[in-house]
Amino acid sequence: MAEMWINMGPQHPMTHGLWNLRIKVDGETIVDAQPEVGYLHRGIEKLAEGKTYTQIIPIADRLCYGSSMTWSHLYCLTVENLMGLEVPERAEYIRVMAIEMQRIASHLMWLAAYASDLGLAAGFTYTMRDREVLIDLFQALTGGRLTYNYPRIGGVAHDLPANFERDALRAVDYMETRLKQYEDMFEGSKIFMMRNVGIGILKKGDAVNLGVTGPSLRASGVSYDLRKDMPYSVYPEMDFAVATHEDCDCYARYRVRMDEMWESCKIIRQSLKKMPKGKWRIVAPRTAPVGTGLGRVEDPRGEGMMYLVGDGTDRPYRLKIRSPIFVTVSAAPKILVGYKLADVVAIMGGLDMCIGEADR
Amino acid sequence: MNLYEFSYGIIHWLVNLVNNLWYWLGDVLPGLLGDFFDAIGRFAASHGHMAVMAMLVESLIVIIVALINVLNFIWIFRKLSGRIFDFYGPYYVGYRIGGWLQNLADGVKLLVKEIIVPMKADKMGYLLAPVIYIGSSILIVGIIPFSENFGISTTREPGQYVPGAALLALAVFAIAPFSILLAGWSSNNKYTLIGGMRSAAQMMSYEIPLLLTAVSVFLLAGSLSFVDIVDAQHDIWFGIPLLIGLVVFMVCLAAEVEIIPFDLPEAEAELVEGWTTEYGGMRFGLFYFTTAIRAYAGGALVTAFFLGGWQGPAIIPDEIWFLIKAYIVYVIFQWMTWSLPRVRVDQMLGVGWKRLLPLAVLNLLIAAAMKTLGWF
Repeated sequence: MAEMWINMGPQHPMTHGLWNLRIKVDGETIVDAQPEVGYLHRGIEKLAEGKTYTQIIPIADRLCYGSSMTWSHLYCLTVENLMGLEVPERAEYIRVMAIEMQRIASHLMWLAAYASDLGLAAGFTYTMRDREVLIDLFQALTGGRLTYNYPRIGGVAHDLPANFERDALRAVDYMETRLKQYEDMFEGSKIFMMRNVGIGILKKGDAVNLGVTGPSLRASGVSYDLRKDMPYSVYPEMDFAVATHEDCDCYARYRVRMDEMWESCKIIRQSLKKMPKGKWRIVAPRTAPVGTGLGRVEDPRGEGMMYLVGDGTDRPYRLKIRSPIFVTVSAAPKILVGYKLADVVAIMGGLDMCIGEADR
Repeated sequence: MNLYEFSYGIIHWLVNLVNNLWYWLGDVLPGLLGDFFDAIGRFAASHGHMAVMAMLVESLIVIIVALINVLNFIWIFRKLSGRIFDFYGPYYVGYRIGGWLQNLADGVKLLVKEIIVPMKADKMGYLLAPVIYIGSSILIVGIIPFSENFGISTTREPGQYVPGAALLALAVFAIAPFSILLAGWSSNNKYTLIGGMRSAAQMMSYEIPLLLTAVSVFLLAGSLSFVDIVDAQHDIWFGIPLLIGLVVFMVCLAAEVEIIPFDLPEAEAELVEGWTTEYGGMRFGLFYFTTAIRAYAGGALVTAFFLGGWQGPAIIPDEIWFLIKAYIVYVIFQWMTWSLPRVRVDQMLGVGWKRLLPLAVLNLLIAAAMKTLGWF
């Protein structure tokens, strides 16, 4: 068969969002690939310039449907950096607990999508059902199920609801039993291993040069995690390990995410245990001084960064968002070339695409 | 009374009824015209005419029974997937019978949808492919008898069915990949093209082990007729001495009917809907329906070749025994579907050529050895 270009997307089951992967195939083998993003551009950075600092929090939620808590938290972190605010300690612990819950929920959604990409339909429903446990916790905590609008500049919106700690600990216990079952289910399946081991090799040097961050980078053997390397919030107080893997393939990316879920369970336990009593929010000023603020967090998908320029009014002069997926997707040609057409779903699924944040 | 006699009786009664008219016309009309109507009546009452009509009637009965079974199969497929996936499956339409009517509701919905033919499609191939696919699949269920008395026969004698029916069923089974390739090619879409090509590759690598294991069964039974094959399993089911063959046959059938570990031609993750991408409305519905027909035919083949066919304690009628076994095989197929990921095309060809083919040859050797030793 002659070489031909195939458009996978913008409407395609592989994409998980609205983007286009053009691949050139020779029969079934990929010889070239071009990712195209930009179909979901909503102008969030420009939109933010016309809104007050508080009004931007719900917009920041919309950056990624999979982990909205992380992005609104990142935005609040940036504004606090700009305003020079000190957040009450209880609020920090609540935030850490919430974003770790969000990390598990995001990784579970990734696992669901990944399983259904590989044709394992049972994996999709099981993981999505268990994500529901965390979503219910979020509903109790914030009132929302997908976009939470929970962090505030200088704290969080509400204190924990009644019995939340008990429910959260139960959820974590449940999640740990289920994670064990998932590991048995996926790694016990020979076909799953056949589809993952040795597929989509992204070498250490390539990963670093292409700016890949997050689980995909750690799966290439680079121990780089902002929670450890540039700690923010109360992460220095937490005892957890950075999950890395040396294999550089799809299985390594799967393994790193599973390990991160285990570590997140640990962090949630610790933050609930160490959480002090006290205020959960301080009154923040409406206006920001002239200057710049920078926030960097470890998003479930990689390093999220926001850069904010204040001009002395109650609205930002400029908001710049650094999206991990926007950078990671540029590594697609490097990873894809040489593999089979069916590996596209495994490789691109393994990168955990979230187009909302890439297109902003 | 077997199905042929039953159908013959119906036709006989019908011909006698209508012949009153022809003979009466022959009496009242003068000359040549009267002779003509008399001749029609005599032709209708002839044995040859009635035998042909009886065969048509019995094929109609067999196909209707099979299609009702297929509705059951789709329902089982949905309910079982629901149970495996932690939801209920359909239950609104036909609430009291477990949502059984959902299939019919879906069929009605698909029937009223617009039929779209892609502008750049090859019209001839595009329209012909579903006909070949569905026709060949229904032909298989017509060939496989449910019991010694229930099948499309050629004579009045019970058990005298289409000679070499097992061979014919396997041959007809192999037509479908051709129509898939035709559908994929003529739709003029890259996804369908790749799906069709994959189907051709899949057929080539999995047809050979399938036929080799079938040959081992034919060897033990010494016949190509379903009735003889099932009779030969009176003492022991072929599935027990030919356990390797049973496994190889099931795996190959899974590839032939394209269920999930091997559903590469319609791998929905990378190829959208594979070779059916450009088919919409009732054409898609018929493809969906036909997939269930093929799964049923696969279950029936396994039952007849390896699981003793319609043999079982006489408390339950033979036909029901056959259906129970076919249903169990189908459920095993579905169980496999919902609990396994999809393999990649090169891995699948590797499994076909490097694992299944040697196993099939080994199985054939075992069968030949047992036949030589006189055990069968």
